[in-house]
Amino acid sequence: MDRILNVENLQVSFHTYAGEVRAVRGVSFELGRGETLAFVGESGCGKTATAKAIMRLWKPPFVEIKSDSVVEYNGEDVMKMDKKRLQSLRGNDISMIFQDPMTSLNPTMTVGKQIMEGLQLHRGLNKAQAREEAINMLRMVKIPVPEKNVDSYPHQLSGGMRQRVMIAMALACQPSILIADEPTTALDVTIQAQVLDLLQELKTQLNTAIILVTHDLGVIANFADRVQVMYAGQVVERGTTKEIFNEAKHPYTWALLNSVPALATENKQELYALKGTPPDLILPLNHCPFAARCEYCMGICREQMPEETTLSGTHKVSCWLEHPNAPKVESFYDRRKK
Amino acid sequence: MAKYIVKRVLAMLLTLFVVVSLTFFLVHAIPGDPLASMAKALPQQTREAYYARYGLDKPVFEQYVLYMKNLLRLDLGSSLKFAGRSVGGTIASTAPISGLVGGIALLIGTAVGVLLGILAALNKGKWPDQVIRVVAILGTTIPVFVLISLFQLFFAVKMGWLPSSGWGKPIHLVMPVMVMCIGTIATYSRYVRTSMLETLDQDYVLTARAKGLSEFKIVTRHVLRNSLMPAVTIFVSSMVGIFTGAFITEQMFSIPGIGFYYITSINQRDYTMVMGTTVFYAVLFIVMQMVLDIIYTLIDPRIRVAGGK
Repeated sequence: MDRILNVENLQVSFHTYAGEVRAVRGVSFELGRGETLAFVGESGCGKTATAKAIMRLWKPPFVEIKSDSVVEYNGEDVMKMDKKRLQSLRGNDISMIFQDPMTSLNPTMTVGKQIMEGLQLHRGLNKAQAREEAINMLRMVKIPVPEKNVDSYPHQLSGGMRQRVMIAMALACQPSILIADEPTTALDVTIQAQVLDLLQELKTQLNTAIILVTHDLGVIANFADRVQVMYAGQVVERGTTKEIFNEAKHPYTWALLNSVPALATENKQELYALKGTPPDLILPLNHCPFAARCEYCMGICREQMPEETTLSGTHKVSCWLEHPNAPKVESFYDRRKK
Repeated sequence: MAKYIVKRVLAMLLTLFVVVSLTFFLVHAIPGDPLASMAKALPQQTREAYYARYGLDKPVFEQYVLYMKNLLRLDLGSSLKFAGRSVGGTIASTAPISGLVGGIALLIGTAVGVLLGILAALNKGKWPDQVIRVVAILGTTIPVFVLISLFQLFFAVKMGWLPSSGWGKPIHLVMPVMVMCIGTIATYSRYVRTSMLETLDQDYVLTARAKGLSEFKIVTRHVLRNSLMPAVTIFVSSMVGIFTGAFITEQMFSIPGIGFYYITSINQRDYTMVMGTTVFYAVLFIVMQMVLDIIYTLIDPRIRVAGGK
């Protein structure tokens, strides 16, 4: 696999009045060219913090990316890039779309101009060429009458259309990596499907690798090649989409899978909800972060951090249950069969 | 758009009518009248003759109708206190003077204020921000007359660089403009700083950064325009304030502006003068409000009137 992004031991801290919040605690992963990797986990687990850190979008001194974190784009160290190289990386090599298309576009600038900005900056096009290209991009994301809508202001477009504009803007310079931070969360379900289909289509067309940040397992099932499950700023389980859905080993992943309402024969069963809250990220954490909420919790879980165990070339999990001495437990799959 | 303008003009006239009527009855409701203090000593016949001459012997409502009729002919009458002085003429000769001093001060003050506001926002928490904050607090809290006295003491008496007061030469403009600037700078820098910080936190600024724009381009293209609304809003009241608010400054520098006449005419129950200046201010304010609405639509497309482009 041709590796485009390599992240090792990424650590991000927020300096707040209450103290240092260690939002991302040593996340490592790789991304291949044209591959789709999903980050999944509940709110505050460090998904977005990780995604933004890749482009160094966090502004110091409030947010600190620890110095021993490694982010390599195509072999080049992003953390050591100077201002100029960083600006040419953003939008050109790696670009990002955000959760809320209502607030992510500048209300006082036409969408065309907002798309043109990147084209003029990174590809050196003049105004007329950039405008032509912006219209092409709008056509590509299936905005109706692109020649006219290129001069529209964001408020004149619907939410779904604005997210398409965001996608057009992000893909305008044909980046190698697109980071999509919950791109469909703010949209209603029918529009969600349209936007995802569009992303899928463009991805194959342009061979863009995608990092998809989401908490929607349904989205992942249709869309991602690989998944990493995050909890309290760490990756607790990773694998191909198939492995995560069919052979998950981590109790937290089980809980996530269990939370998806099944299209059951009877709709009378209660929806599953994982009890408790994630640990306070200000406090030091030297044992399994999920211990307090885990129904399989053992003594060791509260004392030591589990190592990442490799189950197959792609499937890895950080859980004491994988230790040779651990008792055999009834997994989520065994229970569901009953 | 044409329909909108017609509607706006009609609304303006209605507003003007209400303002003029209210002022008329309010002014006449103040105890005393323009002739009261002087007329006491006069024999009754002479007194009645005077009242009749100015139409003050008639019932208030009749006076009101008469005034409105004259107003329709754009006749503001003549001063009741300064014999032979027409109200219209007085406004025409004094307003431009106030406008000149205040206008220069407002332009300089706004430009400097907006720049300082931007500077403060971009350096939030660092020393430029702190210094600008102190300047702004001083500028808003020190009363104008204290400031003027200090300026006169320093620039005129101690250093002898500028005349302490007077009117006629360009040099007479310097100190009043400096004094009037300070308040404007203080207000604008605070407003712009606050709204700029708010804009810098918006999602679309992050979008712009993720696009690879430099911080300079982010500020000039995406932040500035979206932060200027509050500044534009206060700009209109400051423009009207040029004519009303400069009363103390004009008095202390002996500038023959309109502020002086406005205040004295109220104290002296100079009915026609009060009415005249009020009409002037009202028209000015209403027209400025209209201009403001047009500027809004230029800055923010979301406010653009339906049908207009």
